[in-house]
Amino acid sequence: MNKTITPAPVRRAVTVKASQARAFEVFTSRIGAWWPKSHHIGKVEPETLVIEPRAGGRWFERAPDGTECDLGRVLTWEPPARLVLAWQLNPKFQYQADLITEVELRFIPDGAAATRVELEHRNLDRFGEGAAAMRDRIDAPRGWPMILDAYADAAGK
Amino acid sequence: MAYATHRNVVFSALADETRRDVFERLRSGPKSVAELARGLPVSRPAVSQHLKVLKEAGLVVDEAEGARRIYRIDPQGLGALRAWLDRFWDAALTAFKDEIEANTEEETR
Repeated sequence: MNKTITPAPVRRAVTVKASQARAFEVFTSRIGAWWPKSHHIGKVEPETLVIEPRAGGRWFERAPDGTECDLGRVLTWEPPARLVLAWQLNPKFQYQADLITEVELRFIPDGAAATRVELEHRNLDRFGEGAAAMRDRIDAPRGWPMILDAYADAAGK
Repeated sequence: MAYATHRNVVFSALADETRRDVFERLRSGPKSVAELARGLPVSRPAVSQHLKVLKEAGLVVDEAEGARRIYRIDPQGLGALRAWLDRFWDAALTAFKDEIEANTEEETR
C-alpha cells in the first residue's frame, strides 16, 4: 500500500441539560460514572476511570485491586470549554504508546441551562499506518458483513 | 457544517441506494469508474461523486493505474473501524447525557 488514505474524522455531538461548567465537570471528573462498562482495557471491569485534570496528565482505568491501565494522555486541558485526549488504543482496544489519535471535546453553551458537547475523533489514518493488527482483526470477509449488518440494524430502527 | 448531522458517516454513505450498489460491486474486486458505471443508471461523474463519499467514509480506497483510477474496498478495514468508533462514541455520549441529566433531576427535586 503506497497510498494515503484520509478518512474524515468521527464526529458526534450531544446536547445536555447542564451548564457548560457542569457538563465539563461531569465529563471529566465523573467519567468513571458514565463510561460504557462494556469497553475496558484491563482484564477485569474497572472500578473507575480517571482523567488527570491537567495537560500532560494521563487518563486511565483503575481496577478494583488498584491496577491502572492507561488509555492515553491529556493533550489540552481548557475547562470549561475544551478538552483534547490522546487515544492511545489500537483497534484491539489495547494501549499502544506510539499510536496516537486525538479525541477533542468542545463544550458549547446553548442558553443558560444547556450545553452542546461536540466530539471529534481524528487522525484515523494513523490506525492504518503499520496497523497489521487491524488487518488481522477487521479483514474484509468479517469486516464488511459486519458493517452491512450494522447498517441494516440502524436502518431498520 | 461539520456537525450538521448526527448520523453515522458510514451508515449515511451506505444509505444511498446507488452508493450501496457501487459499494456492492466493489466487493467482487477492484474496478475503474467506467467499469462501475457500466450497468448502473447513473453517469460517470455521478459514480465518481458516490465514490468520493465512500472514500471519505473510509470504505474504499483508490489508486492510479495509468490514466485510470482503480477503486477497491479498503483492505485495511478503516471503514469498519470507523463504524465501530461511531457506535462506541454514540454509546459513550448517550451514557454521559443520561448521567448528567439523571443527576440534574435529583438536584432540582
